[in-house]
Formats: sequence, structure tokens, C-alpha cells
Amino acid sequence: MKKKTSYQLMQGNEAVAEGALAAGVDFFAGYPITPSTEIAEILADRLPESGGKFIQMEDEIGSIAAIIGASIGGCKTLTATSGPGFSLMQENLGFACLAEIPMVIVNVMRAGPSTGLPTSPSQGDVMQARWGTHGDHPIIVLTPSSVEEAFLYTIKAVNFSEKYRNPVIILMDEVIGHMRARVSLPPRSMVERVNRVQPNMPPEWYLPYERSATGVAPMASFGDGYRYHITGLVHDAKGFPTANPNEARDNIRGLFAKIERGFREICLVDYELMEDAEHAILAYGSMVLSARSALEQLRKSGIKVGLIKLGTLWPFPRFALEHFLPQLKTILVPELNMGQIYREVLRVNAGKAVIEKLNRVNGTIIAPDEIIKTVKGLAR
Amino acid sequence: MISNSQLVNKYFRHSKKFPHIWCPGCGIGTILGNMLRAIDTLAIDKNDIAFVSGIGCTGRAPVYVDFNTLHTTHGRALPFATGLKLARPELNVLVATGDGDATAIGGNHLIHACRRNIDITTIIFNNYIYGMTGGQYSPTTPHGDKAYTCKLGNIERPFNISALVEAAGATFVGRTTSYHTLQLQNIIKKAIQHKGFSVVEVITHCPTTYGRLNRKGSAVEMLKWQKQVAVDKSRADKMSQKELEGRIITGVLVEKELPEFCEQYDTIIEQAQNQAKGKPA
Repeated sequence: MKKKTSYQLMQGNEAVAEGALAAGVDFFAGYPITPSTEIAEILADRLPESGGKFIQMEDEIGSIAAIIGASIGGCKTLTATSGPGFSLMQENLGFACLAEIPMVIVNVMRAGPSTGLPTSPSQGDVMQARWGTHGDHPIIVLTPSSVEEAFLYTIKAVNFSEKYRNPVIILMDEVIGHMRARVSLPPRSMVERVNRVQPNMPPEWYLPYERSATGVAPMASFGDGYRYHITGLVHDAKGFPTANPNEARDNIRGLFAKIERGFREICLVDYELMEDAEHAILAYGSMVLSARSALEQLRKSGIKVGLIKLGTLWPFPRFALEHFLPQLKTILVPELNMGQIYREVLRVNAGKAVIEKLNRVNGTIIAPDEIIKTVKGLAR
Repeated sequence: MISNSQLVNKYFRHSKKFPHIWCPGCGIGTILGNMLRAIDTLAIDKNDIAFVSGIGCTGRAPVYVDFNTLHTTHGRALPFATGLKLARPELNVLVATGDGDATAIGGNHLIHACRRNIDITTIIFNNYIYGMTGGQYSPTTPHGDKAYTCKLGNIERPFNISALVEAAGATFVGRTTSYHTLQLQNIIKKAIQHKGFSVVEVITHCPTTYGRLNRKGSAVEMLKWQKQVAVDKSRADKMSQKELEGRIITGVLVEKELPEFCEQYDTIIEQAQNQAKGKPA
């Protein structure tokens, strides 16, 4: 008997929670904050049903610390927050980058800075997600632009964090977090789950930070018989603190190398109507929705415009742009910030096409009409 | 009892490049050594111990010993340990933290861990000063004492750590000094055995900064001071408030049984699973 596709009405935040469960997340620690709280509430209910655990911590500093601790114990872990909480998490985000602990942070962005506009959409945390914690570090940042992608990218985020032993950040703007849409989610059995590589050598041979051919070291969980040291200090292959310049170099460069090696896989990019495009709109998050709507009408009026949709913001998928630069006259970058990805586009463009930005920081979205008007002006 | 050389062979990491970073005369090594002796008398497998710390002189303790060791960020050892304990309830989780780490930057985490009653053993190495950064006043520096950020005397009043954690709900509180090594071993042993959140406050000395700035003499002199001011709880109970002035009450100060967090969470899992089963398909 052929099974009918089943549809559900689902909110973006709900889709993140469902995605986390589908990816095998079994530990969540968090602190209530608008507009992300639904994720915590749903997982508080759902995790114990499958033997997982939820804890509400005293603040976001404690929340991220707890998920790192649980990840070291072998759990797949996730936390969800918004701008003010994300700021508090930066300290231990750096710890997780250096100690190479798999974990996922969902930041449902609100307008900032500071307490900002707590229930209004924004994309203001793009650069914070890249550089918020101190020191040189690699980071993976995904940004869904639909409810369905909120589900799929959460699974991707968990899988990338496990595969690369690196924190992954999901940046959603409030629109995607609170939007409800009809979605058809794949059954659990169809969801790909990636688990961190565990050591299989005898404990006395195990070097916790000796990179394998993939650039990532196998990670033992505490309690599995591999007694080793984890620290936020720069460390050698044994995990012990070092100030030796060669060992320090290997430590930090190794962090970057593993992400560079996975660059193509990590970069999620989609193109719409780009084959013959002379003009492009480069968008992510809720701006994709406005751009897509504008695209339709612009094509009707005879303007050859396409969409470059970024699902990954960091590492910046420069090839997505470079590929189309020879054919493009203009690129419009609409963002709910002062132009954070715009600068990246300028950098990659290196003077080839005309790059225009369209920005909004008042807690409202950029409507399709405004994009249409701007593209028409550019194409003229 | 385990001999010193046996202790070194059994518990220290020979692959780690010694010497350690602590100054001559420091009390941290004494506390660490007696923690190991307590663990040894309990015959806990090394694989079943997770030893977690924050930042500071005390924060460096885990790297030298052969357990699952986690050196976290400043003040955050307890929330890291909380996540780890929930993920692995079968592990004995021990936390080493200094007075600044535990009660200043980590103060919020400390009181909430007490309130939560999660089965973690926290040893607070209280030497009245920020040692690693060179001697600035901490939340336990006595009123009037000197540090490099209060050369004319501290105008803040210090925390009484044991009273603080008792008020916050710790179900086991013990206090001793780095002079009273047998009592130290014994209290740490009881704290590990205690089901729930336990705190052991150990009064110790920093001859390099606090001792020098406040003319407390050598490490030996500072140890002698610990011997003089300490008064066991059984004796203190019979002493007047006036007699107890300037004294430090030692011993097991609080020991009570209350539901432990991980065990309670197991009942939540059970209830949630029963509810889910009862749900219509």
C-alpha cells in the first residue's frame, strides 16, 4: 500500500526541536529567552520521553557549560537562545572551539544591540556568530530560510558538529522561528545520523588530540576507560597545556584545517533562476522569502534576475558567488542588519559586479516591493 | 594507608611534564594529595572519577592526576560538571575550585548547584586571595587585610563560604584546613560518599601573595596559624560567641538527606515515558 505524504502545521522553533530529536540530540540545557523559548519548552517535554535529559540552568553561561559537559559525557547536545543569551555564551563557545567539543547553539535572532526589540526580527548577529568569542577560531554557522529548513538544518548542524568536533551555530531570525507553515518531514528512519568517531585503540595508545587522516581526532567520552585531559588552554596532542610555539601552532592551525577540509560539504547554497541571470539577489533567512516573491514579479517584467540563497554563512561560501560573477552585472544583498554579509560579498566580488545593499534595522522586514524597486533601479 | 610513593605511582600522570606550577610552600598540593588518599581508601576505580576545575592556581590541579580530567573556564566548573554528571550519573564527579573561582565569578553557579542538590563533590580551596594573577583581594579576603588591589586594607566584608553554601541548600558541608590532613581526608571521603551536593571548604595558605602582603610569615607559620584558629564543631558547640571570635569551626557542619537531582530526573523520565505510552497513537 502506498503511504500518503502526511503534512503538519509547524512553527520554525518547533521544527528545530523536532530536528534535534530526529538527529539524536539527547541533552538540552537552556535558559528562557524570547523568541527562542518554545524550543526549550518542547524539548523539556519530549526529551525524557526517549530517555534524554533537559535542564534549565541559572543563566546562559551555565547552559552552554552544561551542554559541553554532557557532550564530554557522550551526549549529543543542543541549546537555544537569543541575542543577550548568545552574548553570554561567547566565553564557553571559545572553550568548545579549542577543546573541539561537538554541540549546537540555536540563536533565534532578535533586534539588538542589548535587550533591543525582543520580539522583532533581525539578522544582526551574523558577525557575532563568526567572531563573538575571543581569539582565532573556526566556526560553522547555518541559517534556515523556511520551517522545513529549520528541521533539516538542525539535523545538519548536529551531524556537522559530530563529524568535525566543532560547535555549530544555527542563526534563525525571529520570522523563521515563529512562522507557521505546512511541512512534510521525512520519517525518522530516513534521517541520516552522524556520530563522532570514537577511539578503538587501547587506552594507553590514545592521544586525544592527535588528528587522524580526516583532520579530526577520535573523541572518547569520560567514563569509557580513556582517561585524558580536556582544557581551554592551548594544548599538545595529549591534551596537556603547552606554550611550545610549534605545538601551539599545530593546535590552532589544526582547528582551521579540519573545517577547510570540509568546506564544500559544510557550505549549503541553493540557486534559483541563476542560469541566465544578469542580476542576482543574495539572501538568507527570512530575506529569502521576500527575495523569492520579488524574483517572480521581476522575471515577469523581463528582468533576468536570480537568487543565491545562503544556507551556510560561515565559513562564507565564496565559490557560490565566484561561480556567477562573470555573468552578473549587479548583486543586491538585502539584510535585516547594517550590511554584515554585504561586506563579505564586497570582499569576494573584488570590484567585478556592482554590489548594492538594502538594510533594515527597525524590527520590521524588507518587503518584496522594496526589493523589486531596488533591483529595477539597478537594472535600468 | 597508601604510602607517598605508592600514591605518586598510582595517581599521578607520568606523561605530564612535571614540576607542577605551584609555588614552594603552597597548600594546594597538600589538599590534592589528601583528596587522592580519600579516593584511595574508598577504592574507586580511576575510570569512574571525573575531576573538574575552573581557572586559577586550584584550577591546575586536575592536569596532574590520572582521572577523566576537565579544566574549564573561570568560575564555570560546576555547570560543566552538572552536564557531565547528568550525562554520566555513574561517574563520581569531583570539582576543585578556589575562593575567587567559586564565590566571585562562579558564585551564581555555586548557589544554584547547592539548591539543585546534584551529586557532585566540590572542594573549595580557600586561600583568601587571587594567587595566579599575583595577589588581588577575593570575596574571602578578611576585612582590613591587604592585597595588591587594596594596599590600604580591604573595605569589603568577606563571605563565610560554609555558611553561604549551607544557606543555599548544600546537603553536605564540611570545613577543615590544610594543616588538619587526617580530618581533611576524612571529610573529603564522607563528602564523596554523600548522595547529593557536597561542599568541602579547605582553609589554606598562599605564602607568596596573601602571606607576604599581610606579614603572616612563612608557609610553616601560616600552617601553625591554621592549627591555632581551628576549633572542632563538637568543641565549638559548647563555646560562647565571644570565645569563637576569630576562630574557624571545622568538621562536618551539615549532613542531611534530600532527594538528589539525577535520581529525581530518572523518575521524570519514567513518568514521561508512561505518559507517552498512554497517548493515543
